[in-house]
Amino acid sequence: MPPVEQPVVNAVISVLVENETGALGRVIGLFSGRGYNIDSLTVAPVEDGRNRSRINIATSGTPMIIEQIKAQLDRLVPVHRVSDLTQEGPHVAREMALVKVVSSGEARSEALRIANAFRARPIDTSVESFVFELTGATDKLDAFIELLRPLGLVEVSRTGIAAIARGSRVL
Amino acid sequence: MTAHTAEAPRAQIDDSPITPTRNGAEVLIDVLVEQGVEVIFGYPGGAVLPIYDALFKQDRIRHILVRHEQAAVHAAEGYARSTGKPGVVLVTSGPGATNAVTGLLDALMDSIPLVCLTGQVPTHVIGSDAFQEADTTGITRPCTKHNYLVKSGNDLARVVHEAFHVATSGRPGPVVVDLPKDVVVAPAPYLSRPTRPHRSYQPQRTPDPAAIAEAVALLRTAERPLIYVGGGVINAGPEASAALRRFVALTGFPVTSTLMGLGAIDADDASFIGMLGMHGAYEANLATHGCDVLLNIGARFDDRVTGRLDAFSPDSRKIHIDIDPSSINKIVRVAVPVVADARLAIEALIDAWGEATPKPDIAPWWRQIDAWRAIDSLAISQPEGEDAVIKPQYAIRRLYEMTRASGRDTFISTEVGQHQMWAAQHFGFDRPNRWLTSGGLGTMGYGLPAAAGAQIAHPEALCIDIAGEASILMNIQELGTLAQYRLPVKIFILNNRYMGMVRQWQELLHGSRYSESYSDALPDFVKLAESFHAKGLRATKLGELDGVIAEMLAHDGPVVAEISVDEFENVFPMIPSGAAHNEMILGAAQSSQAAGITEEGMMLV
Ligand SMILES: Cc1cc2nc3c(=O)[nH]c(=O)nc-3n(C[C@H](O)[C@H](O)[C@H](O)COP(=O)(O)OP(=O)(O)OC[C@H]3O[C@@H](n4cnc5c(N)ncnc54)[C@H](O)[C@@H]3O)c2cc1C
Ligand SMILES: Cc1ncc(C[n+]2csc(CCOP(=O)(O)OP(=O)(O)O)c2C)c(N)n1
Ligand SMILES: [Mg+2]
Repeated sequence: MPPVEQPVVNAVISVLVENETGALGRVIGLFSGRGYNIDSLTVAPVEDGRNRSRINIATSGTPMIIEQIKAQLDRLVPVHRVSDLTQEGPHVAREMALVKVVSSGEARSEALRIANAFRARPIDTSVESFVFELTGATDKLDAFIELLRPLGLVEVSRTGIAAIARGSRVL
Repeated sequence: MTAHTAEAPRAQIDDSPITPTRNGAEVLIDVLVEQGVEVIFGYPGGAVLPIYDALFKQDRIRHILVRHEQAAVHAAEGYARSTGKPGVVLVTSGPGATNAVTGLLDALMDSIPLVCLTGQVPTHVIGSDAFQEADTTGITRPCTKHNYLVKSGNDLARVVHEAFHVATSGRPGPVVVDLPKDVVVAPAPYLSRPTRPHRSYQPQRTPDPAAIAEAVALLRTAERPLIYVGGGVINAGPEASAALRRFVALTGFPVTSTLMGLGAIDADDASFIGMLGMHGAYEANLATHGCDVLLNIGARFDDRVTGRLDAFSPDSRKIHIDIDPSSINKIVRVAVPVVADARLAIEALIDAWGEATPKPDIAPWWRQIDAWRAIDSLAISQPEGEDAVIKPQYAIRRLYEMTRASGRDTFISTEVGQHQMWAAQHFGFDRPNRWLTSGGLGTMGYGLPAAAGAQIAHPEALCIDIAGEASILMNIQELGTLAQYRLPVKIFILNNRYMGMVRQWQELLHGSRYSESYSDALPDFVKLAESFHAKGLRATKLGELDGVIAEMLAHDGPVVAEISVDEFENVFPMIPSGAAHNEMILGAAQSSQAAGITEEGMMLV
């Protein structure tokens, strides 16, 4: 079976990892060392008392590469579980962005109108600036940011995605 | 890897968590003893002085002082590969740890179980660029299976036990434990080897019966089956090799082996068709190309083996048994993945196949293989006559024949280069764990310390490093270790006055421009040996070869035997980089073919 050129696909991988020094470094080092993509990565402790963190990684590659990424993650000693949310049924993924717009006049009111349409909340306001908070799927955030670009967008801070399977399935 | 099962003497100390009375260094030694450690290869320095002090005060563990930390790791690898037990290394912080890095990566690539204890500056100065401080866990993270920085004495015993578990279970590999000086100086509690499974690390060992059934069903339909074994069979212990031999006898299937799997099956077994890959036998590579079912047991489809991937074994359905799920479908897509220990998987295959099942009729396939065999791709053309120049392949053949005639248990290590390939091609191994070579990293300088490590483990055995004149200089200082511990290691240098493997590639790919590959200003190896209290011997022509080998084997001490060989001999057969198995170059006459190597091929290593 000669390898066929495979298409590149996106994947969201969740990793439950023992919360110990260096664990995140191992995950990131794995991606850089083996040349895998990281589109975004989030990490935070999730299980009180059990000392575990959840890492959500948005990545892309051929199906064979994605399979490798999972196998490589799974063999890290502090890793408890690895789940490919994209593969294993439907999932929801959200991220949050803080977007700063500096403008006045028509641009300023247009920015506010767009923010309203996206249900982004202004969480800081000054005479010449807004900071909007927007939560949603990555492409929604992308669209919002694109629309604000000509309207005085000066700074963006994004969290990267948090993802979880739909229904009763757990990691 | 079977974790060593020898009952370790229990340390005579209190298990309860009341105020510890022993310091971290002493507790460390107790843990090592409980883990069955008998030997440590190491080199002292400031950060590990308390550990050396604890070693001084006990007699349960032997310390072997090497002459360079890289050699400590290779010696531990030789010890580990030749015994199946983990090798243990102890080095100081900073330069001690960085010197060990090459050895660690070597062990990682070749799946060798090691525990490397590195000294570290005291916890309160970590991060301040203190004297001999290095970010050892940072540096070694991609060079180890796992590593630890022990920040508190309370963690010490647990972490060291865990390090042994991680190093020896699943796919074996090197584990670093970084020990700040204050942690080994302060009192620390002792903890016995844990009985509970690890929180997150639980490698799968037993095969899924459904996968085994699928594998057997596929094997039964095969008209042109081939078993391709690798280092994983060695990792799985001698019982895995025994099971493999039973399975081969049961099925009558041909077997090829990677460089790392040599000895898993007896080289003299009629079913063994030689090593495959870049410098593999003609019959092994053509069988790989032509088979219809390929059963990979503990091998990882390395690029030295597959050649051009889209032309690798194009017509076969593939079964892959590997303990590491990340080895499966990494390079070659397989039809039947089996995540398991090689021994358990082969035993399950035997059960599922049925001891009573008659051998399938694959006579036409064997006739084809025998026809390929008849080409005799490893034939040696040694000119006759006392004064004839010695062919390196012939020197290895004679070494093999004469050691075999001696009847002694023989361990062969190698350096890296042409001599390594000729050793793989012309030295036959009838048992596992007798062949110690750096396959994945290809580390020049591996062979001498590895032979020393094997000799420590097997004092009565014959341990020979087959070396090149360039490689041997990379860890030549270990002649001092041989002298100090009276290790009768034999160093058999095939001196072709070139970094032959480099020269061969330059000849084939770079218009014979031998850029910087000539071994100029070589030492007088005989005098060099003598200055290190070893015996030095030299053969410069055919008439001297057998005499030198005989004298080397007869001498009860370290020997350096320098064999001057033909300078321009190349390793054949060869699959040039970027080529397919059926595009093999058989000999010098054909090597102009290499000029046809594509630019893509030239970019490959
Ligand atoms: C100059 C040079 C030339 C070379 N030319 C060749 C060549 O022509 N042919 C060749 O074969 N090699 C050659 N090599 C070696 C090559 O680079 C690789 O090291 C080698 O092919 C890998 O061997 P392997 O596939 O057996 O895997 P190893 O590196 O031995 O890996 C073992 C595999 O088995 C698995 N495993 C480990 N333990 C177990 C267990 N208990 N049960 C089941 N599975 C387990 C591991 O997960 C891994 O996938 C050359 C090296 C050098 C330096
Ligand atoms: C540490 C290291 N540096 C460089 C290389 C690249 N290399 C591979 S083989 C070789 C030449 C080895 O020469 P020698 O030991 O004389 O062996 P020969 O090929 O002549 O048998 C070199 C430089 C290597 N494998 N390891
Ligand atoms: Mg040489």
